[in-house]
Amino acid sequence: MNPVVADDRVAVAWAALAAVPDPEVPVLSVIDLGIVREVAVQGDSVEVVLTPTYSGCPATEVIAGSVRDALLAAGFGDVRVAHRLAPPWTTDWISAEGRRKLADYGIAPPGPAAADGAQVVRLHRRAPAVACPRCGSADTERLAAFGSTACKALYRCRACREPFEHFKPL
Amino acid sequence: MAPPGSLRSPPPGEAPNRPGNPSGAAAASITIQMTPPVEYVLRIADTCLIHAQRLAEWCGHGPVLEEDIALTNQALDLIGQARGLLTLAGRLEGQGFDEDQLAFLRDEHDFRNLTLVEQPMRRSSAHSPGGDFADTVLRSFLLATWLKLTWQRLASSSEPELAAIAGKALKEARYHQQHCGDWVVRLGDGTDESARRLAAALDRAWPYVNEMFQRDAVDEVAQASGLGPARDELAVDWQREVAEVFADAKLSLPPATPFVSTGTLGRHSEHLGFILAEMQTLQRSFPAGRW
Repeated sequence: MNPVVADDRVAVAWAALAAVPDPEVPVLSVIDLGIVREVAVQGDSVEVVLTPTYSGCPATEVIAGSVRDALLAAGFGDVRVAHRLAPPWTTDWISAEGRRKLADYGIAPPGPAAADGAQVVRLHRRAPAVACPRCGSADTERLAAFGSTACKALYRCRACREPFEHFKPL
Repeated sequence: MAPPGSLRSPPPGEAPNRPGNPSGAAAASITIQMTPPVEYVLRIADTCLIHAQRLAEWCGHGPVLEEDIALTNQALDLIGQARGLLTLAGRLEGQGFDEDQLAFLRDEHDFRNLTLVEQPMRRSSAHSPGGDFADTVLRSFLLATWLKLTWQRLASSSEPELAAIAGKALKEARYHQQHCGDWVVRLGDGTDESARRLAAALDRAWPYVNEMFQRDAVDEVAQASGLGPARDELAVDWQREVAEVFADAKLSLPPATPFVSTGTLGRHSEHLGFILAEMQTLQRSFPAGRW
């Protein structure tokens, strides 16, 4: 019945997912973003487990829809997409490739998030220096803690005078 | 082809013609079977939801674009947290209610949010006469600190779903606390006018703070079963973190007051009804409406 062996189908599924962009940072795929936790193939059907980035991220449902469409287009007959909250997503799961794409796109990639997240909050002190993704200068300042989406902050480079976004460590 | 129903006037005696709601009937309220675990989860869920609704009033009205975006991003996080908690509350309650039914079809007396979050936060309309940006950042800071401490403890809840929601929400609450704490310092240690308005905001918020640390039978059941902390467990840590920021903001913690508000018991101030009227009207008028 199934002309393709299971291992190939798993590879097909991952390849299809690698082409599904994050609608809010389209330069990243869902694989780069590190939100695909599991891909299980059984015959003609596939189940994908995703972890949401932020609790209220409006892209969560769009991504689930895109994942479903991509896998149907890749030839799967039955596609299930499940969400799993724990362990919570962290920016540490963004791949090296993803970080490079972010920097090329003009978004400063996140630094490491501590296991307990304690370093994230320095109450009423400035956040650590973030290097400008254009000129590389560390002489930058934060303009706003929240950018166009919850996952980013707005910065300005004092050296090249360009504004940029920073993907916040989470 | 027949003309779309929405263009047809209803004949006399027929139900009003509402596109998407042919019967024209409004959705009936649901009634919750309150048990301590349901009530415990609803207290946190409703606090997140109603605070988010107040923050959302700033959408398009922020003092600067960046802050407009920051306030609504925090509202989004809070709504996401509330959705998870309401889904859990629906499962614990057992009648099969989903997050939307719990948010949009409950009456005021079945809401369990802290009274603080329903107070007007922005000078916006006739039914919301008080509050300004200082109220907004101050209240958000007091709440984010409280929620952060709550999530920290809920991350090891005996209820796995609650622990998962908390583990995620904790990371978000840290950013909220930091952002709002920055603003408290900026206003408190800013100009005479900003300091005066921040102090006035603290005077308005303070009478509602006691409720954050009350302990009642619901807390005791939650604590004993490992579901989550009793509210009074949070008081010492909360005061320490708030006092640290207040010191930089040249504010001091006001003395304790005897008044205890009762939103977590389902007895609300006059403001919640107006919030629910706005928040629920669409689902009440067009039951199960979607777009």
